[in-house]
Amino acid sequence: MTTMATQLIQSDSLNTSLKSQLHRAERLRKIKAVALIMPLVILLLMVFVAPISQMLWRSIDNTELRNEMPKTAELILRWDGQQLPSSEVLSTFAQELQRSRQGGGLGRIGRRLNYENPTFRGLLVRALRQLPSQASAADYEKALLGSDQAWSDPSTWQAIRRAASPTTDRYLLASLDLERSDDGQIQSIIEEQRVYLAVFKRTVIIAGSVTIICLLLGFPLAYLLATLPTSKSNLLLIFVLLPFWTSLLVRTASWIVLLQSGGLINSGLIELGFIEKPLELIFNRFGVLVAMVHILLPFMILPLYSVMKGISPNYRRAAISLGCHPFSAFWKVYAPQTVSGVAAGGLLVFIMALGYYITPALVGGPSDQMVSYYVAYYTNTTNNWGMAAALGGLLLIVTMMLYLVYHRLVNQKQLVRN
Amino acid sequence: MKTKTIKTTAFKSLLGAGILGSSLLLASTAQAFTVITFGGASGEAIQNAYYIPFEKKTKAGLVPGDYNGELSRIRSMVETGNVSWDLVEVESPELARGCFEGMFEQLDWDKLGIKDQIIPEAVEECGVGTFVWSTVLAYDADKFKKAPESWQDFWNVKDFPGKRGLRRGAKFTLEFALFADGVSVDKVYDVLRTPEGVDRAFAKLDEISAHIQWWEAGAQPPQWLVSGDVVMSSSYNGRIAAAQEEGRNLAIAWKGSIYDLDYWAIVKGSKKRDLAYDFIRFASQPDTQAAYSSGFPYGPVNPAALPSLSPEQAARMPTNPKNMEGATAMDTDFWIDYGEELEQRFNAWASQL
Repeated sequence: MTTMATQLIQSDSLNTSLKSQLHRAERLRKIKAVALIMPLVILLLMVFVAPISQMLWRSIDNTELRNEMPKTAELILRWDGQQLPSSEVLSTFAQELQRSRQGGGLGRIGRRLNYENPTFRGLLVRALRQLPSQASAADYEKALLGSDQAWSDPSTWQAIRRAASPTTDRYLLASLDLERSDDGQIQSIIEEQRVYLAVFKRTVIIAGSVTIICLLLGFPLAYLLATLPTSKSNLLLIFVLLPFWTSLLVRTASWIVLLQSGGLINSGLIELGFIEKPLELIFNRFGVLVAMVHILLPFMILPLYSVMKGISPNYRRAAISLGCHPFSAFWKVYAPQTVSGVAAGGLLVFIMALGYYITPALVGGPSDQMVSYYVAYYTNTTNNWGMAAALGGLLLIVTMMLYLVYHRLVNQKQLVRN
Repeated sequence: MKTKTIKTTAFKSLLGAGILGSSLLLASTAQAFTVITFGGASGEAIQNAYYIPFEKKTKAGLVPGDYNGELSRIRSMVETGNVSWDLVEVESPELARGCFEGMFEQLDWDKLGIKDQIIPEAVEECGVGTFVWSTVLAYDADKFKKAPESWQDFWNVKDFPGKRGLRRGAKFTLEFALFADGVSVDKVYDVLRTPEGVDRAFAKLDEISAHIQWWEAGAQPPQWLVSGDVVMSSSYNGRIAAAQEEGRNLAIAWKGSIYDLDYWAIVKGSKKRDLAYDFIRFASQPDTQAAYSSGFPYGPVNPAALPSLSPEQAARMPTNPKNMEGATAMDTDFWIDYGEELEQRFNAWASQL
């Protein structure tokens, strides 16, 4: 009895110790695995996830005014928005405005308020000139109201209230040609200012056209490369890769030399007597498509080539030997096997084309500029990072949605095939 | 032979690194007077015209440097109180913004004592004009029997056929459209401040939009003029002068040109304020200004510098009294306040072309 019990206990403890040993070994392995991929995860978090989320956050960030004028922001959010705010709000605003000049915060306040109304910066400058240096709250209020009529207008304070809440949807709305009216309703902006919906549409159209042209040009070339003997195809492949080693700017600039109205192509055609007046080949949509296709074509050819290289010619031979017409054998047997290459190349070219900026800027006209042109404009020229982030964020969303749609389509196709 | 060249280059770069290192050391101990410009060809002219003679005259150590006009660096210096730059070259919008935000010293013009020697536009609350550049109507002088003289002629496609270049953006373009519509140079910004004035400018642009090739970079107008892509264009005068020096027959119609200035500004909290005042005063003299303008085709802010330039050079200067006739200064405050709104309107308008 006792021996059996001891045995049982012993085996049980043996079991648990074995189990825990196994557990420990397993855990160690897991820790090792995690430790091995940790550098990569940290790198990705640091250089990819963190900056992108921070940038996206800027599209709703509205803390410029709050950081510089915390008391004013708190007070004005409690205001009902009807009459002029209380004198406490006015004098606090005036005092904090004056203080903001020391730390350099005034510029941020001025820039933020100017988005609400372009006359704000001037208002602030005039107010600062009138404000006393050390005085009672009532004097501050009087000096502020005396500096300009606008301070007695509730709509001025409504604008300040809009800039005081911690987040805002104004940049995202503005990127879709929308705005909030004074009573908070979302409405379209006036027709003369509408531009971004058209820009988004144009961006997708240009990227789509570039992808289709790349596919039409790249498919036969990739097929040729995949079917030629290696020695010849290697030589041709070098010609495909050659542009990769040339700077994008140089390639774009060389198109200008070729296509401009006094350029090689036009002067050649005139010389040969085909045309009398130079054709308009550049600084329009045609020039953008030519230059972009030239730059992106290798990204279509290479995935196609690698897929085609792996397709055995036997399937097609078999189809033909069974009486299939060669063309139909190509279309029904060969082409479906290249779908993954077409998909990879198409996606690569499309997504890269969506973000193109310098090429359309150099060879396009004003109606050929894509979203990233405006992102760059707001980032570099006007320093309005809220707008830049909103436009960039929307472009990211559009890209992801298109990717999902595409993913669906390709997966379905493969399912049907299987 | 080859090894020798390599050795010399290596030696030179070592020497350069040494100089750079020691200058960094000097800058970090905040002993030296640090002057920052935009560099490039203009920076070279500044070096020859101002730095070298100034050092020779005052025996003061001067550390030159360059930047791309980013205010953020100056802002962080001022905010942290660790000011290592003393004097910077800034463009007019940045001067207005930086002055508004308290990043530059307010100048004591009595102490400077040069207010009556330089043109009035060079006198600002926080800045002293360095040189004047201008956006002008440039044309290919070989293409026309009768030269275009004004923006009205630019809009006149019947008598002056051919493509025209304009900057892809609202700035300058709207002003030129209003000049063509008969608005006088002194009224143009008053008109543009009203919604009707903006409508009027865009309506005028509608008239010639089919004949416009839009430029993006300042290098494009002279290039297009030389290659024959356009027959006339708005352009920065320095670019045209450079093409003229290469022997191209380009000409400038100065009527209705818009000029702007770059400025010297003293970074707030600089410990070398007195030396900076001396330098600004030195760099505003007729002889030093003439030396700069003969090195780079931007106009002197001191009109007394003009006589010491050669006649061809003087004729190219935006500050030449003959060229100033019918020209106007760019209204920096207007573009800071309305720039974003008008650029968006311009983009919306241009999208429909």
